[in-house]
Amino acid sequence: MSTTSTILPKDEAAAQGELNVQINGTWHRFAPGTRIADACNTVGAHVPCFCYHPKLAIAGSCRMCLVEQGMPPRLAPGQEPSYDAQGYQPLQWMPRAIIACANTVSENMGIRTTGNITAEARRGVLEFLLSNHPLDCPICDQAGECKLQEYSSDYGSGTSRFQEEKTKKGKNIDLGPRVNLDQERCVLCHRCVRFMRDIVGEEVLGAVGRGSNCAISCYPGLKLDSNYSLNTVDLCPVGALTSKDFRFKMRVWFLKSTPSIDVNCGTGSNISIWSREQEIYRLTPRQNDQVNSCWMPDSHRLNYKYINAEERILNPTVRTDIGAPQRESTWDACLKLSAEQLQKCEASKTAIIVSARMTNEELYLVRALAKQLGIKEIASVSRKGKSDGMLISADGNPNTTGEQMIIAEKATALEGICSGIKSGRITALLALGEDITAEAGLSADNIKNLDYLLTLAHSKNGTTELADVTLPGVTFAEKYGTMINVTGRIQRLNQAIEPIGNSRDDWSILRDLIILLGSEDEKLAALKSARDLVTIMADEFAAMAGLTWGSIGNDGKAIISTGVTIPLIEREQASK
Amino acid sequence: MSYTPIKRPKFSLADRIYIVAIAKGLCRTFKHLVLALTRRSRHREDFNSKGIGLCMPFPEQRWDERLPEYYRGAPTLVRGEDSRERCVSCQLCEFICPARAITVTPGEVDPASPCAKQEKAPKEFTIDMFRCIYCGMCEEVCPEQAIFMSQEYLITLTDRDKGIRDKETLYKLGGVRKGLVNKWNDHK
Ligand code: SF4
Ligand code: SF4
Ligand code: SF4
Ligand code: SF4
Repeated sequence: MSTTSTILPKDEAAAQGELNVQINGTWHRFAPGTRIADACNTVGAHVPCFCYHPKLAIAGSCRMCLVEQGMPPRLAPGQEPSYDAQGYQPLQWMPRAIIACANTVSENMGIRTTGNITAEARRGVLEFLLSNHPLDCPICDQAGECKLQEYSSDYGSGTSRFQEEKTKKGKNIDLGPRVNLDQERCVLCHRCVRFMRDIVGEEVLGAVGRGSNCAISCYPGLKLDSNYSLNTVDLCPVGALTSKDFRFKMRVWFLKSTPSIDVNCGTGSNISIWSREQEIYRLTPRQNDQVNSCWMPDSHRLNYKYINAEERILNPTVRTDIGAPQRESTWDACLKLSAEQLQKCEASKTAIIVSARMTNEELYLVRALAKQLGIKEIASVSRKGKSDGMLISADGNPNTTGEQMIIAEKATALEGICSGIKSGRITALLALGEDITAEAGLSADNIKNLDYLLTLAHSKNGTTELADVTLPGVTFAEKYGTMINVTGRIQRLNQAIEPIGNSRDDWSILRDLIILLGSEDEKLAALKSARDLVTIMADEFAAMAGLTWGSIGNDGKAIISTGVTIPLIEREQASK
Repeated sequence: MSYTPIKRPKFSLADRIYIVAIAKGLCRTFKHLVLALTRRSRHREDFNSKGIGLCMPFPEQRWDERLPEYYRGAPTLVRGEDSRERCVSCQLCEFICPARAITVTPGEVDPASPCAKQEKAPKEFTIDMFRCIYCGMCEEVCPEQAIFMSQEYLITLTDRDKGIRDKETLYKLGGVRKGLVNKWNDHK
């Protein structure tokens, strides 16, 4: 210490509104109110916890996070505090451990997460937890991501001294339509209870019984049937609450997790896609405090089955003549044929229906395709519903904001196109990413009015049945891309599995079609991945200026202000 | 810590230059060479050995009864004495198998069955005998004592499909084992 030796670290920290805390011998600074557990974890001194979760109320019940704490000695009246060479007061260590989750840091506090007292405390807590724990790991879905397993191997004793009979409790209990409970595996952390009570606002779960017979259960006559019930499975640190959908499907250590976003509504909840080889096994929420906190609705979480379903279109199909049956084709032949046929269509009698479920990159290429063909009429199908007051947005499309930015300025109303088809004014249609027989309000008879129908879809639907050309695209789990959610945040989709069968990434289908139609855009021809399109788009759209695939990051970036908010995030931020 | 780090032995200088070990090995080789040339190899009569050294007329004569207990033949699945499928499809063998020979499809035990407490059993379990290298890791890793290396070493297939053994075949080959696992009965 040279010139600054007159300023004590405590005053220096106070000037920045921070506190000095010593963790395992090194001094750090934290904001007042930081929990000891968070403070330790941010500097790499891991504190094990079962019951503590940063988004839930503090319970302090599991005692796993015990750490040693030291404070400066209490001064006698009139005594001046003493300072060491660095300007800190000496620490007096408390002879017993304190819990790190329910206590906050204070000035000149010392924390030790290593040492005999903590090691002994952790070993003791684990011994009590394991005394009645069943030996279920081989059949327990949590194995591999179980806190009890991890902590037992890190801090446990490895042998059991428990000679008595283990307590028997309920196993494989049906708690609700999507969740199973095994009371023997429960460590009574009450995370599930607190989540249902505080976040969902439904008092469904509670603890019954005392001592070693204490167990989690639904209140009589109630079921854990909230649309957010599967979040309790994520929260449960052990295998007590398990998902019925994921039950016995795959061990988690075989699964690869890919960060992506939910595409079932405008919120764009951040998710992880868990896949093995070419199959998706589950989706779980990924923390993003600006979008979905740590949660996601069950209805969206379970909507992944179509990715590996029978209905997927594996090959491009074409109808070579009017009235002829559809038959499978190859990409080269199919794209060439499509380009030829599209060139024959009169631009003023052709329309495009795009989907706000497409990524920005795909929409950008649709716009380029429309320009190439000289088509003026583009519309998208809107899906207005009701928000659930939590995470589900009123907008059923995941990329309405992006669609408005890229397409909407030149878009016509969907009704115009529909009536055009009915009246025969429009004779050719490109249905990209939408089943026009479903939500666009067209019947099969209306579609038969068309001379030419080209569709881009990942699964068989009413439109692909009638289409002259079907180009098989991919689902959200098979592609890279970006979408802008209702709040104006641009977020990334990442590819978890390779395109199924001979289907192809939508952007590359559109790109090849544009080039076959005679575009001489060299940038397009040189594209290797949808990720590079972000840079090209950044030059064109003011909102995206300066963005690259990398700079968007896994958490996304707010780029447009739409004024829309997500109710759950509003509540969370207000309660801080 | 619930594990103990292994202490590696310290090697002396003599160990590290291993000339002694090489010499010992050569002595052993020469001993057998001399025995073979003088037609005095051990078990020569038992094996019906013709010519010099030891040479068993296989396959007319087999050495099955001489297989040591620890011999590692084809891996098989076993049932418990209550004919319970011991495998709980934990997929640890699938994970450990260095040759990726094992594929387990987990499934659920019928809640009405007497083994319902086990909850989980394989829906399908295949071992690809074209891939298996008889390392025995699956037997070692299994927490349920459900997979054992049999003494079967003569796997001559007339059809490639038969090389991939399914659950039924594996259980037939493995048979029943007694004792060892009693954690899924009602008292535990
Ligand atoms: S909860 Fe954890 S420790 Fe308990 S059986 Fe399941 S995986 Fe094993
Ligand atoms: S069921 Fe899981 S989350 Fe709920 S109290 Fe038990 S261990 Fe905690
Ligand atoms: S013996 Fe080895 S290679 Fe063969 S199945 Fe078992 S683990 Fe795999
Ligand atoms: S044989 Fe053993 S290791 Fe393999 S899945 Fe069955 S129980 Fe697990």
